[in-house]
Amino acid sequence: MARTRKAEASEEKAPETGVNAFVGKDELLKFYQDMLLIRRFEERAGQLYGMGLIGGFCHLYIGQEAIAVGMQSISRKGDQIITGYRDHGHMLAAGMDPREVMAELTGRAGGSSKGKGGSMHMFDVETGFYGGHGIVGAQVSLGTGLALANAYKGNGGVSYAYMGDGAANQGQVYESFNMAQLWKLPVVYVIENNQYAMGTSVERSASETAFHKRGVSFRIPGEEVDGMDVIAVREAGARATEHARSGQGPYILEMKTYRYRGHSMSDPAKYRTKEEVDEVKTTRDPIDHIKERLAKAGVTEDDLKGVDAEVKRIVAEAAEFARTSPEPDPSELYTDVYLEAAE
Amino acid sequence: MTDILMPALSPTMEEGTLAKWLVKEGDTIKAGDVIAEIETDKATMEVEAVDEGVIEAILVPAGSENVKVNTLIARLKGEGEAAAPAAAPVAAEAAPAPVAAPPAAGGPISAASTFADPEVPAGAPLKKITVRDALRDAMAEEMRRDDRVFLMGEEVAQYQGAYKVSRELLQEFGDRRVIDTPITEHGFAGLGVGAAMAGLKPIVEFMTWNFAMQAIDQIINSAAKTLYMSGGQIKSSIVFRGPNGAASRVAAQHSQDYAAWYGNVPGLKVIAPYDAADAKGLLKAAIRDPNPVVFLEHEMMYGHEFDIPDVEDWVVPIGKAKVRREGSDVTLVAYSRMVGFALKAAEELEKEGIQAEVVDLRTIRPMDHATILESVKKTNRLVTVEEGWGPMGVGAEIVARITEHGFDYLDAPPLRVHQEDVPLPYAANLEALSLPSVEKIVKAAKTVSYR
Repeated sequence: MARTRKAEASEEKAPETGVNAFVGKDELLKFYQDMLLIRRFEERAGQLYGMGLIGGFCHLYIGQEAIAVGMQSISRKGDQIITGYRDHGHMLAAGMDPREVMAELTGRAGGSSKGKGGSMHMFDVETGFYGGHGIVGAQVSLGTGLALANAYKGNGGVSYAYMGDGAANQGQVYESFNMAQLWKLPVVYVIENNQYAMGTSVERSASETAFHKRGVSFRIPGEEVDGMDVIAVREAGARATEHARSGQGPYILEMKTYRYRGHSMSDPAKYRTKEEVDEVKTTRDPIDHIKERLAKAGVTEDDLKGVDAEVKRIVAEAAEFARTSPEPDPSELYTDVYLEAAE
Repeated sequence: MTDILMPALSPTMEEGTLAKWLVKEGDTIKAGDVIAEIETDKATMEVEAVDEGVIEAILVPAGSENVKVNTLIARLKGEGEAAAPAAAPVAAEAAPAPVAAPPAAGGPISAASTFADPEVPAGAPLKKITVRDALRDAMAEEMRRDDRVFLMGEEVAQYQGAYKVSRELLQEFGDRRVIDTPITEHGFAGLGVGAAMAGLKPIVEFMTWNFAMQAIDQIINSAAKTLYMSGGQIKSSIVFRGPNGAASRVAAQHSQDYAAWYGNVPGLKVIAPYDAADAKGLLKAAIRDPNPVVFLEHEMMYGHEFDIPDVEDWVVPIGKAKVRREGSDVTLVAYSRMVGFALKAAEELEKEGIQAEVVDLRTIRPMDHATILESVKKTNRLVTVEEGWGPMGVGAEIVARITEHGFDYLDAPPLRVHQEDVPLPYAANLEALSLPSVEKIVKAAKTVSYR
């Protein structure tokens, strides 16, 4: 949980929920670094894709960085994170090694799934990251199952199940909502509403576009959050987490956000105007937003240069690792299909 | 005068215990009145009167066991009718023969194995147990052994199981470990897989495998593939189980054999036991297995009793077929309920001088084709039997493997016996025509024997 800092670093007030989401300058800086890492990482991934080093599907998280980073700042060890295929940001926020993530994108032996999963399928039990799932909506049931395991074990853990606005129209999401509330499971549903399910806008696909209300018929509380503001995400995340961890059941957070790139690398995004994208980039960018907060807290552009350089170094190193790590040995073809030992 | 007959209370019920009469002779009843209670192997059910009148005679006393469906159990006198003359007590046996007795549940069931079972320790005592109770005991024993094991599904807890397979588990283990779910297969299958990913060992019961079609994405895309996609990091030690294949007269949407479907998927193990010993031993093995297991039961077999070794911790290894009957002339390979059909066919064939060897596959994936091959080396003739459809089926896979590995041993083209290539019809005659039968197996065995 957030440590309380003295007020001089920030104008933020602690939220009223009793969970202290208050952040100081050091944490603002960390958020900045984590968000910048995701952005630079994704830009480099896009570049590697263009060079043919990454194949298949590759869904970039650019524009949505505040969500994964803000939510991560609330979770604690033993909690789980699970999401769909737009997953690189969550992995990095969870603390997975950028080199292993990038090497998985290039399908190399050094990748976190030994090159056998790719962009959409990475996992790291150590950091509580449970994937990385390619079937839209499936991760919501799985994430609710992680919460069921927490309740069963009584370990106090919370499961964070992410989905997009597209996944939020899948039937199994509501089956999961029903059981989660029925059994008061410790799960926070994070709907990343980036306005487009692939090429279909929410207005064209959702009869109720206010996704935070989607839990009403299951009595699950929900709130709409500015997903471009990492502090707003953190505060809402704290309220939701408190609710779930204290045994009151699931909570829905609708994060209003925007993806800057196409749905995947092969999507030219003709379904929206350049003006619309530019408008978001210039007025709502989550990294610009935190820079403003940092400035108010007395952090100068010069102060950030060190962070920028560090991020650049990490990403360059990840890209280099992903380029040079060998392809998986052919002997890996038949490994990891079954586990041998009976328990 | 109206006859009151022993009712069938489920598609597969053949007989039951007339537990209690709630009326007595001379009582006036009207339609809808509860007149008796009947116990089946699954449940106690109330019998309601369909007609109104006066109970003239109760012909089967309370407490009578094994009362066949359609037996005359009481006689009703309509209002104004004269009493039947000299209604002498009629024994249940004297009741008129039922017009259309339902097909015997379970179909042909063979007597005990004709030779010693190498898996059973020498001198081990045997006890009789139904397949239903064998499955229940397997779950109970594993739940006692490992707190990570729990059962979830529709009606598994308070209702005691739609087919009573989970009877008394709630009482012993409580609602933390025996969890009633809403009717929401896709969702609860996903929850189960998620819980397995977090280290628990769920048993997910589907009321029938037909309903698991709603959940097949989670079974295949999440449970079967994630170990591989994660480079070995995320395991799903989970058992999906429930009745599979055709019950009786429940039509196409409730009567499919999914062995070939799941048998196609790397990452899954697929088991389809025949008798009680295998049902128990293989279910215990499945629960302990660190991989996702699809466990295909058969509703028509639940009520059947078999001998089972009365030993502590009876576990049968996954992936091993079993020769249930030795023979030298033709190999019959079957699984699940069809093993009984194949054994019966072997008895018929013996009368005609053909010695059939019956191989019970037991595990569909990984398939023990070595045992089949050894048998074919001896018999040089092969017939496969499955309840599912033929194309791309289990039999097709067996034939392909034996052709690849044992072509030179075959003296005749192998034949497959399977459900006809149509959705299973409801009409009794068409249903019988569609499903495999002893006659079809005998015919196929004679064909490959050029007889």
